[in-house]
Amino acid sequence: MISAILVMVLLAVVLGAVLGFASIKFKVEGNPLVEKIEATLPQTQCGQCGFAGCRPYAEAVAAGQAEPNKCVPGGDNVAKNLAELLGVEFKPVGGDEGVGPKPRMVAFIDESTCIGCTACIKVCPVDAIVGTTKMMHTILATPCTGCELCVPACPVNCISMIPVGQNIATWKWQYPVFELTVMANRRPEK
Amino acid sequence: MSSPHVLTPGSSVSNIMLTVLAALIPAIGAYYYFFGPAILISLVLASVTALAAEAAMLQLRNYPVKYFLTDGSAVLTAWLLALSIPPLAPWWLIVVGTAFAIVVAKHLYGGLGNNLFNPAMVGFAVLMISFPATMTHWPTPLMLSQHPVGFSETLQYTFSGALQGVKLDAVTMATPLDTLKTQLNLQHAMGEIKNMPIFGSFGGKGTEVIAAMYLLGGLFLLQRRIITWHTPVSFLVTLALVAALFNGIDPGRYAPPMFHLLTGGAMLGAFFIATDYVTAPTTPRGKMIFGASVGFLEYVIRVFGGYPDGIAFSILIMNAAVPLIDAYTQPRVYGHDTKPE
Amino acid sequence: MRTLHKFHGGVHPPEHKTESSRLPIAAAPLPQRLVVPLRQHIGNPAIPIVKVGDHVLKGQMIGAADGFISVAVHAPTSGTVSAIELHAVPHPSGLPDLCITIEADGEDRWTERQPLDYQTADPDAVRALLRDAGIVGLGGAVFPAYVKLNPDQQKIKTLILNGAECEPWITSDDLLMRERATEIVSGVKIMAHLMQPEEVLIGIEDNKPEAIAAMQAACQGTGFAVVTAPVLYPSGGEKQLIKLLTGKEVPSGQRPINIGVLCSNTGTAYTVHRAVYHGEAVISRIITITGNVTKPQNFEALIGTPLGELVQLAGGARPDTSHFILGGPMMGFDLLNHLDAPLTKAINCVIAASPALFPPKPAAMPCIRCTQCAQACPCDLQPQELFWFSQSKNFDKARAYNLFDCIECGCCDYVCPSHIPLVSYFRYTKSEIAAQDREKMAAEQARQRFEFKQMREEREKAEKAARMAEKAATAAAAKAAAAASGVEDPITAAKQAAIQAAVERAKAKKAEAAAALPPSPQPSPAGGEGVNNTEPS
Repeated sequence: MISAILVMVLLAVVLGAVLGFASIKFKVEGNPLVEKIEATLPQTQCGQCGFAGCRPYAEAVAAGQAEPNKCVPGGDNVAKNLAELLGVEFKPVGGDEGVGPKPRMVAFIDESTCIGCTACIKVCPVDAIVGTTKMMHTILATPCTGCELCVPACPVNCISMIPVGQNIATWKWQYPVFELTVMANRRPEK
Repeated sequence: MSSPHVLTPGSSVSNIMLTVLAALIPAIGAYYYFFGPAILISLVLASVTALAAEAAMLQLRNYPVKYFLTDGSAVLTAWLLALSIPPLAPWWLIVVGTAFAIVVAKHLYGGLGNNLFNPAMVGFAVLMISFPATMTHWPTPLMLSQHPVGFSETLQYTFSGALQGVKLDAVTMATPLDTLKTQLNLQHAMGEIKNMPIFGSFGGKGTEVIAAMYLLGGLFLLQRRIITWHTPVSFLVTLALVAALFNGIDPGRYAPPMFHLLTGGAMLGAFFIATDYVTAPTTPRGKMIFGASVGFLEYVIRVFGGYPDGIAFSILIMNAAVPLIDAYTQPRVYGHDTKPE
Repeated sequence: MRTLHKFHGGVHPPEHKTESSRLPIAAAPLPQRLVVPLRQHIGNPAIPIVKVGDHVLKGQMIGAADGFISVAVHAPTSGTVSAIELHAVPHPSGLPDLCITIEADGEDRWTERQPLDYQTADPDAVRALLRDAGIVGLGGAVFPAYVKLNPDQQKIKTLILNGAECEPWITSDDLLMRERATEIVSGVKIMAHLMQPEEVLIGIEDNKPEAIAAMQAACQGTGFAVVTAPVLYPSGGEKQLIKLLTGKEVPSGQRPINIGVLCSNTGTAYTVHRAVYHGEAVISRIITITGNVTKPQNFEALIGTPLGELVQLAGGARPDTSHFILGGPMMGFDLLNHLDAPLTKAINCVIAASPALFPPKPAAMPCIRCTQCAQACPCDLQPQELFWFSQSKNFDKARAYNLFDCIECGCCDYVCPSHIPLVSYFRYTKSEIAAQDREKMAAEQARQRFEFKQMREEREKAEKAARMAEKAATAAAAKAAAAASGVEDPITAAKQAAIQAAVERAKAKKAEAAAALPPSPQPSPAGGEGVNNTEPS
């Protein structure tokens, strides 16, 4: 009887010590979920999710205050990854049909119309617009995330979004079109 | 179309399957020579069943029937199963076994290339568990039989389940492995048992020659580079080593290695079943672990287990471990873990 | 005889070398129009330095190197620049690229050529010459040679000249070695002078006896060793050849230079010789035209020559020709934009394909895990696993199973009994992963820029607040002083004047903003808001 109790107590002490040690040794700093969610987001900072940027949205999702399917630029891919990360059911972005990721766009300023008001510079989240008061502005295509925030900001409607075309440097090999015979001969599924 | 633009001439799945079938022919010849025509009837029945089941499943799954039916994989499964079970058996035995192998073990797992367990061995296991008595009625070698069963008699037995004027016991007997186990349980000595007529110079009379023919077929497959040496060598070496160990401890109770190599399904298993592409590991080290484990389990089951032979169960057990084995035995890739100079 | 170190796997596809190696190299005639792509090498495309209408001379630089990994491109003949625009180029995508079109004037007049005495010149001067002569690896990778031949980066032990030419059908290196061995060896000497290796090995597959004999003769007295290797595709792959000759493996993700080896193609050595001894830029190369043509042969053709004209030189394609393959049958690609595409530095072979020579692939079967691919893989990969992950778009797993060590040599496809287009799957997965990485990097940069902007705005706000507080404090102090003394001291007067001026400025600014509005006849409400936002608060 006594020995049994002693054994159980000893076990409890040893295992407790192991757990305690592990919790110190393998301590995870901060809230990794927010970091992981943020790493999944496309960082366009467009605010279409209703938050002031990708980080606030990530924090809201991690805290359970926002659905993981609000990221419009990321489309269903991001929504799927977030749902997987959170262990919740995937819901398509923007209703039942779902949307794929939008083709990548960059903003373009029609330089003959630009009046140099700096309105767009102020709203650009990634400082991709250069120019100064009364001087023509232009958009640096590389840092531009295509968030479209500058489009409504322009008082003279001189900003348009143009799709980024494919060239030899960005071209991708396609998924083999000659799929296995199995697939090719299958009747279309419902 | 992307490169490469050339293929190995004549290389195809059906060519591989046909080569394996061809490698089985010497053993089938020996089988016929020692045990009569039952095996031929059994092979035909199994092949027809397999093709029918395969065609039906392909049709149901919307696969191109003709293209896949000619790949030969269904016939190979049928042959391996037919060679594993007693040939002198009622027709429904082989039909049920083959149909189960093709329908459940192969197609319900996703068809060619996707099944986790060896279909022939699944069929065998189902028959072994469901019809244990029928599965032990092995034909007597013709040279020992007082009543050699001819072609028409075999047909008659297969389809009617009875032989006119002859008792089934007169034409069937236990296998050498089974006999050995029974006799050992009766406390008979090994030397004494080995003098019984059913035993030949190394294994069972007749069966040892069939085993040698499997070995021959296996060497042919090795020469044609259809299989690699890893699985059969590790399988047979492990089986022989374990057998030698126990034989060395107590020669009176444990048969010598040669006996184990040349009886039961050891050779068939080593060269034709454990080497099945789909259900075996793909890495060289994995194949060796797989072969050695099957060889070890084979010995344990046939010597200490309740079944006369352990090939099917040892292979099925190891089939389940294949993904794990593969994941942990990935070979070193060029340029990785290079030794510093 | 050196001991060779076997590499894993390899295959023996039918060689088909004799078709095009029977005849000597022929000089292709000058075409009327030449199209020179600006992207003929790995790295940044060259920047055009001529305008439409300019007259250029043969060998004159028309595109300058842009950045570190880039080289120049040159006019292949004298003539007039007629266009700088997108034009069909030989690329698996079939997409057009920026090219400079030159109408030949027929004079073929050289620009001033300046040879260099490499033995007395500074190594950097030699390298600059190689860059400005547009010299790239002509084995197919087209990596700028001057970047590779940098003696500062690491001590080289072995310099390897790759004359293996293991791809079936292609014989351009073979013929070059047979006919111009002295020049090749001279080029190797220049490279050896730059890099000072301990040994120089020339690796050639043993199906080229004439080339081996010519190279051995040319190497007399140089100390260079000609090493013959048995025919086994892909022994001409850089990593495989290094393993074969030295027994060393190039660590994954690194360059041969990291293990003290430098590997160069025979064609590259030849162009190095031409550039240093004759001051000639890379404006031509040897190309094999073979397959379903009536007179397969090697040609020395100007860069920019339309490939169709070269096929015509080889007697033209037979009527049953179905398509054209650029490069060899194991790694080459289909020419999608037909024969308008020009010859570039990377193209060493055009094969006219017919259904008889290249039968269409039978329909693919499921993978049966036979591991013939793994046994054939020269990188010790497990293609059946990589296929499984690629097919299911499991990119992380594919990467974890070392997909990026795949050299796309095609051995796995070649042996696959199920006829699965494995390399196509691997290429798809690789480019998909690369695109994802690019997006990730762009997202990370966007995040950093966003955070920096936020930080800057915060800082500006804080600075403004600090300034206001300081101002308020000074004003309060002045007021207190004025109240105490009862007189309007000059400091306060100045302050008031300053405030007045600031108010004036703000008013002016407002007026300006208002003036800025009118150009748009009907400013949208959104635009109006935008302007309000810009008002100084």
